[in-house]
Amino acid sequence: MEMFIMGLTIFVLAIFVGFEIITKIPPTLHTPLMSGSNAISGITVVGAVLSAGAQHTALTTTLGVLAVIFATINAVGGFMVTNRMLAMFKKKS
Amino acid sequence: MSALITIGYLLASVLFILGLKGLTHPRTAVQGNMFGAAGMLLAVVLTLTNQHILSYEMIILGLIIGGAIGAALAIKIEMTSMPELVAAFNGFGGMASVLVAGAALLENTLDGEIPMMQFTIAIAVSGLIGAVTFWGSLVAFGKLKGLIGDSAVLFSGQQIINAVLAVGALALSCWVVLDPANGSAYWLLVGVASVLGVLLVLPVGGADMPVVVALLNSYSGLAAAATGFVLSNNVLIITGSLVGASGIILTQIMCKAMNRSLTNVLFGVMAPVGDGGPSADDVYGGKVKSTSPEEVALLFEAARRVSIIPGYGMAVSQAQHPVASLAALLESRGTTVEYGVHPVAGRMPGHMNVLLAEADVPYEALRDMDETNEDIDQVDVALVIGANDVVNPMARTDPNSPIAGMPIIDVDKAKVVVIITWVCWNT
Repeated sequence: MEMFIMGLTIFVLAIFVGFEIITKIPPTLHTPLMSGSNAISGITVVGAVLSAGAQHTALTTTLGVLAVIFATINAVGGFMVTNRMLAMFKKKS
Repeated sequence: MSALITIGYLLASVLFILGLKGLTHPRTAVQGNMFGAAGMLLAVVLTLTNQHILSYEMIILGLIIGGAIGAALAIKIEMTSMPELVAAFNGFGGMASVLVAGAALLENTLDGEIPMMQFTIAIAVSGLIGAVTFWGSLVAFGKLKGLIGDSAVLFSGQQIINAVLAVGALALSCWVVLDPANGSAYWLLVGVASVLGVLLVLPVGGADMPVVVALLNSYSGLAAAATGFVLSNNVLIITGSLVGASGIILTQIMCKAMNRSLTNVLFGVMAPVGDGGPSADDVYGGKVKSTSPEEVALLFEAARRVSIIPGYGMAVSQAQHPVASLAALLESRGTTVEYGVHPVAGRMPGHMNVLLAEADVPYEALRDMDETNEDIDQVDVALVIGANDVVNPMARTDPNSPIAGMPIIDVDKAKVVVIITWVCWNT
């Protein structure tokens, strides 16, 4: 239970941090914000890697590997496309 | 060792926060994104050192396949198709949460442990939100891509069916919590949540898609946070809540920009169109005339300050490059050129800015709606291109207009307005 309360505390505080930072992001960058935040939500890959490598049963390994694939598409694709977009935002030359 | 890993995860979380903070200015944004990517790399490498991992082949296979697909999509995608890509990525994140929670439940059952209730609740929440996100995002993807009808799909009894599904999903969640050893309850829950995800997005019309994509963005974050509770892993909880907050904020901004409530968007309700109020003729009568390129050129010649108001029509007709050339020409003659970008000018939040940046428009020239409206009365020529709702003054005066109350860019206060569009006024 203590673990859960700790987790909940972190969850609530992180939401406040999120609100503070994200309200300061200008509308110009809202699309990169979406793709970039999308990329970091690929963090689920951490859990996926554990399931894929723990060798419990064939089924859990399969679920884990599929999750690794989905989460990695999300993370790698998200960071790369965000980088591509942000590189286009240039100052007046 | 495990303390070291935990500290490493904390460092990854800090990198994610710094990454988002970098996005507060275009100058620091590229670096911010790098911080985020570094945080992700750190988290994955740390996880690979976990002693519970017995075999690396399948992990590496998964990372390679996922990385290759992700990279290919990121490199090939057209900027106009960005909303589809983000919708798809949201969905993949949701699916990853469904699978991780499912695997965690199975592993727990196999170990013969009696799981704690907070663990099973987190499993049910991951499965529920994850499945809604995945299927909702697929429908959003289909709509944005034009594979499914762009218009709102409405049928009678839809809301009753949704309500029944929602209650069913809650009941199945309780079953998962009370009887976690029963493997089928979780997958049944995922099934019902999948149908719910499809039906929730199906009634949403094409113009409201930016709201839905932002909302699904938030869901994918919440699903990741729920998975964090399943695994008791703080980096997932922190990251998930950051993304959840971001999606909620963008959803609010989009709803406000369209003067639509979230419930109206989700249930496909459009404001009823009635009569009354000043008619379009009262507002526009005698003030509108057609023009020619020569006349417009003369207007531009005399203008000292020009504001370009782009709409999605400009992007559809791939006109952003000629528009940018026109702006460059005007600037070389000493005219000030700026862009007034309405929040819903594209197909997702901030979309129009990306399309203009792609056409080499410098970010200093991109101004949001409030900045534009502040001094639009000093603009000599407002060039509205491929937009109409976002500048339609009927939104201010006609309470029965479908866009009544929607904040607009007040181009009617500029000295001259030039409108290029293929749609005739029919309000």
